[in-house]
Amino acid sequence: MSLCATDVKKIAHLARLGIEEKDVSSYAQDLSGMLDLVAQMNALNTDAVSTMAHPLEQTQRLRPDCVTEINQREHFQIIAPQVESGLYLVPKVIE
Amino acid sequence: MHTKTITELAQGLRAKEFSSVELTHAYLDRIKQYAELNCFITVTEDYALAAAAQADKALALGNAPLLTGIPIAQKDIFCTNGIRTSCGSKMLDNFIAPYNATVVEKFNQAGAVMLGKLNMDEFAMGSSNETSFYGAVQNPWDTNTVAGGSSGGSAAAVAARLAVATTGTDTGGSIRQPAALCGITGIKPTYGRVSRYGMIAYASSLDQGGSMARNAEDAAILLQTMAGFDPKDSTSVDVAVPDYQAGLNNSLQGLKIGLPKEFFSADLNPEIAATLLAAIEEYKKLGAEVKEISMPMLEYAIPAYYVIASAECSANLSRFDGVRYGYRCENPKDLTDLYTRSRGEAFGAEVKRRILMGTYALSAGYYDAYYLKAQKVRRLITEDFKRALSEVDVIMGPVSPSTAFGIGEKTADPIEMYLADIYTIAINLAGLPAMSIPAGFVNKMPVGLQIIGNYFDEARLLNIAHQYQQVTDWHQQTPKGFA
Repeated sequence: MSLCATDVKKIAHLARLGIEEKDVSSYAQDLSGMLDLVAQMNALNTDAVSTMAHPLEQTQRLRPDCVTEINQREHFQIIAPQVESGLYLVPKVIE
Repeated sequence: MHTKTITELAQGLRAKEFSSVELTHAYLDRIKQYAELNCFITVTEDYALAAAAQADKALALGNAPLLTGIPIAQKDIFCTNGIRTSCGSKMLDNFIAPYNATVVEKFNQAGAVMLGKLNMDEFAMGSSNETSFYGAVQNPWDTNTVAGGSSGGSAAAVAARLAVATTGTDTGGSIRQPAALCGITGIKPTYGRVSRYGMIAYASSLDQGGSMARNAEDAAILLQTMAGFDPKDSTSVDVAVPDYQAGLNNSLQGLKIGLPKEFFSADLNPEIAATLLAAIEEYKKLGAEVKEISMPMLEYAIPAYYVIASAECSANLSRFDGVRYGYRCENPKDLTDLYTRSRGEAFGAEVKRRILMGTYALSAGYYDAYYLKAQKVRRLITEDFKRALSEVDVIMGPVSPSTAFGIGEKTADPIEMYLADIYTIAINLAGLPAMSIPAGFVNKMPVGLQIIGNYFDEARLLNIAHQYQQVTDWHQQTPKGFA
């Protein structure tokens, strides 16, 4: 299976991942190579096989519904790119 | 002092042959002397010396834990409170972690001294340490060759004696392959054995932390500190941790070793094959029985891995958005531009490839064909291992199809690099524990023997490795210029 430049741009948009125009074709080539590699799985009939999500078949552990974390907003916001009055700043979303 | 193992250093500290501060200075001097290897992203000199001074006080009082005052180093994937945790990426070049990973916390409680944060492939994606934002790590055995990856800094630092032992993480071979290429001992425990809390996530159903050291005994000491249930990690497994040192001297009489014929096919370099078979002869002398086994599903491990790991990576790395921490682009014109450009400017090419691959595999219309299919193949591979491990105690084979290759030699073709993980990836898919131990040299470069065990059988793996190291001296070899 091969992907074209348009496919790559569409996937990059879904991932909100900027890629430079000059690199699009090499990503298309690499991803096509990866998909060829992945296609080897199709040689296996897996109709009767169930999926495996966890190596030890564990499911999500539950815990009592009580507060365990303390508020550390200021501590965490020290490393933020831009904050004001305890809020993270981003470019204006609503005009 | 740098020639000593953890056990020897612990004895020296207690016999007052040297203090932890002296020992730490000695290692910090070596780190400076061999800075060109590029093992460290951050050297935490002041922090280390303060911890060493503290350790000396604890040692003077007596009853200090075994690792007290022992200089180790952390892969830069483990969050360290107040210290940069870059994960080898421009994205986190400015990230001062606001908390400690559980692994880091455990080493602090054990009194270990952290010398610094070790170089690694960006977000642990790579097999040569060449995807690091901070550049490749040189292999001390031949500085023109790679140290392996992703825990390249961890392996090279131990090989060059810049730390007595280090931590690593292994998603598809990232502890075992660099351990093999640098001639040291590394263990990837069972999935869930070591807490992933504060260990920056790449592929959450595969990632597992472990130890890298000069020999199996030291690896056991480190793992003892790292392992155990952690309520902060929802995938941590609540199984008691045995005493890993207690069984090191157990006899290997009657041990059943399985050799998968798929591991010793024509694809394996014949000199590496001969080296590994010589190691297996040594095990026969120790009383082991060898049996050929077949694991036909192994060949599907790489395809399944690159779907599952990429899918999980695309989800995990979506948190890096330039809003709360990490890199943010200059003058974003709107929110989408902020996300897109911050991520585009700060992630390297290999990380981008995997995010794109994972996004595609999880996108509408392709999810069943790729992700669900890969999860089914994962079960078939796991069943292969379970079947094999019901017939034999452990499986042995190669770690890497070649010894360390030249820096820059394989970067042009990412697929070629992926294929080199053929012997390690399946173990992560199955979630089993495995080790790499030094087993000889080909053209003066180290070769690793892989030992794969059953779930939570780390103690047996360490025992098997330790017994081999009692009758061989491959693990004691030091690269020229680093003695």
